[in-house]
Amino acid sequence: MLAKRIVPCLDIKDGKTVKGVNFVNFRDAGDPVELGAQYSEAGADELVYLDITASHEGRKTFTELVKKVAAHINIPFTVGGGINELKDVDRLLSAGADKVSINSAALRNPQLIEDITKNFGTQVCVVAIDANYENGEWLCYLNGGRIPTERKLFEWAAEAENLGAGEILFTSMTHDGVKEGYANEALARLADERHIPIIASGGAGKKEHFRDTFTLGKADAALAASVFHFGEIGISELKTYLRKEGINVRI
Amino acid sequence: MDVAIVKYNAGNIYSVNYALKRLGVEAVITANPELLRKADKVIFPGVGEAFSTMQHLREHKLDILIKDLKQPVLGICLGMQLMCRYSEERNAACMGIFDTDVKLFIPRQHTDKVPHMGWNTLTNVNSKLFPQELEAQFVYFVHSYYVPVNEFTAATTDYIQPFSAALHKDNFYATQFHPEKSGSVGEKILTNFLIFKRP
Repeated sequence: MLAKRIVPCLDIKDGKTVKGVNFVNFRDAGDPVELGAQYSEAGADELVYLDITASHEGRKTFTELVKKVAAHINIPFTVGGGINELKDVDRLLSAGADKVSINSAALRNPQLIEDITKNFGTQVCVVAIDANYENGEWLCYLNGGRIPTERKLFEWAAEAENLGAGEILFTSMTHDGVKEGYANEALARLADERHIPIIASGGAGKKEHFRDTFTLGKADAALAASVFHFGEIGISELKTYLRKEGINVRI
Repeated sequence: MDVAIVKYNAGNIYSVNYALKRLGVEAVITANPELLRKADKVIFPGVGEAFSTMQHLREHKLDILIKDLKQPVLGICLGMQLMCRYSEERNAACMGIFDTDVKLFIPRQHTDKVPHMGWNTLTNVNSKLFPQELEAQFVYFVHSYYVPVNEFTAATTDYIQPFSAALHKDNFYATQFHPEKSGSVGEKILTNFLIFKRP
């Protein structure tokens, strides 16, 4: 049976790992290749590296990092951040990434999704959506949660799937950094409406939250950052726990 | 040891090369017929689309060349599918090393998502490519088309229905999953392949 995936996410700035609390205030959390290798050893199923540097120089540093990750790590990894056009995708896949995650660029230009999937296949295209729950609606945000849009989560997810997205990575800004669990109600609705895997993101604080997002939230994969970076939850103990709770994970 | 990776217009060739490097093996990535014919082992990886890839292989006469190889050959993912007879992916005529077809996954229920993406278990392992200890171990898959269980099936995996996770016939081995992305289990499989000898 296909296993539920545990996906540590590493935010990278100037070649180093950082993690924001509610998308601002960053704390340092170590060397990205070393950290990725440790996660892989501990049983992570995939890794996500997000480049949060905006500068041209930072982008070059990130591409070099992607090459190092590809050389050292023997599980799949996704890269995102700063992908605006097809040639960014080509550069990162050529550096050895397995998938790319696109966010703001896709919202601004949905055609990019189709262009990526036509050129590189559906499986490489992860559409990341940052959304916040306000006035009874899930609204999508641009630029790492800084700029609100009129787009609504469920409509945008449907459009992304129709354009060929291989997976949806949904980050609830409402839950991110708060550590009180994932946005399981919205996740379950996404899973019911869509036909592609849904990756849950934002809100992990304890092991039960992972269980709940796989059961109540019907997620295919659960992404988290700070609980792993700061050793609050170990990946191997998390997987042992999930197995005991009847969730099929790779051990 | 001389390992050649077939160079062609498919993605993921470099991932395989990185995986070999981690095992201490320096492979040559080439489309040169001479180098491919004389290598001790040949790896035929691939991520992409069957029809256009077969066209490319035919234009470069790589289809005939691969089919005639005598040393151990390992096809990976699309590589494995192209070693079959025919693929439903744009009705591609393939190499026919394995006399079997490649079919599109048809979901039976809402939770059957296509592509089959992620970690799934190997069962019924019955080839020397797999040490018995790999029974029930997880490996990494990404594919929308599958090879049904047939006389060449070397391991099965269950997704929507049981299908061929691997094939084996004479000197030809193939995996639907990605050993180069399958952690320590994948490394065991690659290491195992690398000790095979030319008949």
